[in-house]
Amino acid sequence: MLPQASRVIAVERETRDTFTFTVAAPGGGSGFAPGQFSMLSVFGVGEAPISISGDPGEPDRLVYTVRSVGPVTQALVTRRPGEWIGVRGPFGASWPLAALRGKDILIVAGGIGLAPLRPAVYYVLRRRGDYGRLVLLYGARSPQDMLYRKQLSAWSYLPDTQILTTVDYGGLSWRGHVGVVTTLFRYARFDAQRTAALVCGPEVMMRFVLRELETRGMALSDVYVSMERNMKCAVGFCGHCQLGPHFVCKDGPVFPAARVKRLMERYEL
Amino acid sequence: MKIPDVLETLRHLPFVKNFEPDQIEKLAVLAHEGRFERDQIIFREGDASSFFYLIVSGKVALEVTALGRTLRVQTLGDGEALGWSSLLVSEGKHFQARALTAVRALVFDGARLREACEQDPAFGYRLMRAVFEVLAQRLQAMRIQLLDLYSPASARA
Amino acid sequence: MRLEAKELASLIETLRRDGYEVVGPTVRDGAIVYDAIEGLEDLPRGWTDEHAPGRYRLLRRPDNALFGYVVGPQSWKRFLLPPRVRLFSVRRNGDQPEIIADASAEPPPKYAFLGARACELAALAVQDRVLLGGPYADPIYRNRRQDVFVIAVQCTQAAPTCFCSSMGTGPKLSGGYDIALTEVVEGAESWFVAHAGTEAGAARLAALGAPEASPQDVARAEEAARRAESMITRRLNTAGLRERLAENFEHPQWDDVARRCLACANCTLVCPTCFCVTVEDTSDVTGSHAERWRLWDSCFTQSFSYIHGGPVRASIKARYRQWLTHKLSSWHDQFGTSGCVGCGRCITWCPAAIEITTEAEAVCGFPPSSLRSEQA
Repeated sequence: MLPQASRVIAVERETRDTFTFTVAAPGGGSGFAPGQFSMLSVFGVGEAPISISGDPGEPDRLVYTVRSVGPVTQALVTRRPGEWIGVRGPFGASWPLAALRGKDILIVAGGIGLAPLRPAVYYVLRRRGDYGRLVLLYGARSPQDMLYRKQLSAWSYLPDTQILTTVDYGGLSWRGHVGVVTTLFRYARFDAQRTAALVCGPEVMMRFVLRELETRGMALSDVYVSMERNMKCAVGFCGHCQLGPHFVCKDGPVFPAARVKRLMERYEL
Repeated sequence: MKIPDVLETLRHLPFVKNFEPDQIEKLAVLAHEGRFERDQIIFREGDASSFFYLIVSGKVALEVTALGRTLRVQTLGDGEALGWSSLLVSEGKHFQARALTAVRALVFDGARLREACEQDPAFGYRLMRAVFEVLAQRLQAMRIQLLDLYSPASARA
Repeated sequence: MRLEAKELASLIETLRRDGYEVVGPTVRDGAIVYDAIEGLEDLPRGWTDEHAPGRYRLLRRPDNALFGYVVGPQSWKRFLLPPRVRLFSVRRNGDQPEIIADASAEPPPKYAFLGARACELAALAVQDRVLLGGPYADPIYRNRRQDVFVIAVQCTQAAPTCFCSSMGTGPKLSGGYDIALTEVVEGAESWFVAHAGTEAGAARLAALGAPEASPQDVARAEEAARRAESMITRRLNTAGLRERLAENFEHPQWDDVARRCLACANCTLVCPTCFCVTVEDTSDVTGSHAERWRLWDSCFTQSFSYIHGGPVRASIKARYRQWLTHKLSSWHDQFGTSGCVGCGRCITWCPAAIEITTEAEAVCGFPPSSLRSEQA
């Protein structure tokens, strides 16, 4: 459970407050599954849970997309290539992609919630024949807040792939969709009967998305969500990440939606 | 566009999914086709409301200017309704609408629609139900938008 | 086996000689606390404790009993899950940080716990399950726990805050110890009936060379144990409790208790099963040396559930509800057992005299099992 020192290889600015950085996987890397997270440390400042946003097909490097929202994430995003951070993990339950072979994959992401879903996209693209359509709906606050814009644009040209993006507010130079992420569903082409949906974003957004998915004829049993809670240990000992009967760190962060939908609707649970 | 073509187009729009066939015909009679070029302003904020639109194809952005900066607050696409305020008397347009792409739409004169509703309350009820659904969806979407979901709570409070 | 005080003294002495740090009850700051002891003279001889919701007092006993009290504020968890422990230090080695594990560097003391009660042994079993029973084991807890030698003491009295019999954890000792003692007070002095729970316990008892307890001695000890049972007046109706608490997420009782609860975290600190911790980094000014410490935390603090910008459980209502429903309901889902052992500490040490038993039954709509205690 001790962190391992890992060297930062590259840092890339995504938005005003969000950076993607790549570190050498400790010990050459033991691999990770899409949807898992690590505990990242800046020694002397603290530790925070951060989703892995890189390609599971490249286990020798770990990629994280970090938004600066507190002291630890602020310290993380100011690391420069060559500097060291502490890494523990990977931890947690992943998107059950192996079990979803043969299905269309619908990914719904909001804001920084795209980060833990990007490995799922890489995974499906590496095994394209194993899956049907790949549909990605992504909402961000504004065009300046969108992650991975070039990559999303590149993916949109792939066959059987639909990438739809939206922003809550756009300026005159934004010719894309404006409206909350649920307003994209009317343009998404997927067969509800043979689709599995993977959802990550702010909890309130996920609640609206779950409702929308049900309206579109999807069964909750085909829907997975990634939850966020305060975490200190990532292995179920610190008690911080409890969500009713679940520990988000070890029972999640990815949950079947049917297991947590009721809990998500309970205020201040 | 001839009335039979308008009728055919109208029939395929989700807006009329709960209309009786004769009610769809009644609506079709009131419509004419409109075409807008990319970047054309369809209406401006404050315009005395006159037209109601059902978008057949293309994208329309609703815009508002605040502090010298124009923001796009919503985009509407195929099958969506635009300009609902024309169904109310003496309401100016709340936003500016701009075609983001070439747009084809069915255009209805608001005053004539209101008149038809008054004369045939069953038709009027059906139409208002459909508009009400549109408004409910817009209101829900707007509420979610207001939550400013993607900002940290601290920046919102 | 029947032990006199001098044999108990020699048991402590041999444990100490064998490298154990013997931890037992002692009087400090007006309370009976657990601390390292050297001999019988450190024990709370002639003291007893008075408990009521929000009230705790030490009183003199008319005799010289060594274990004539119920439970103090602390439990054994402070030795196995220390309130403050360094996880590691980081030293700059050139530019690469070198991470030095603390827990494995210096072996923890080998503890002998003297005076553990039935509810406390149940609490140890609960913490074992939480910290050792899952896919990960906490190495700090494991290192401290694995060699613990337990000398349990049978309760012969109970407080109005005790409800172990409702939780199925006591007052009768039923395992989890190496040696069990029952103290029998005769006149001003006392003697013990001892029996072993493990081979290690049996070996240590045999080495004392004490006589077998007579049937009369055993009967006296059993009578003393029954007295504790008969003194327990507090009850918690556990039938359907877990389910009802989970269902009654919205209930006016939560608002009611939230008006009284100060969110002071006393209940979580004195609870023998509460295990929540946080971590804290420190560094020197040059940044060449940093440390990470693990500290007890409490679900009653706002920061406990904080995620970027705000706490998930902002209200005291939500935090009290989290604590109580975790203890009595979701703990079952997580660990297959209740998180409450009925020791009553959270009742005694609540400055607002909130009683978990009363609150839980009210939320469930059960008629109160115990009479509401009179405020002292």
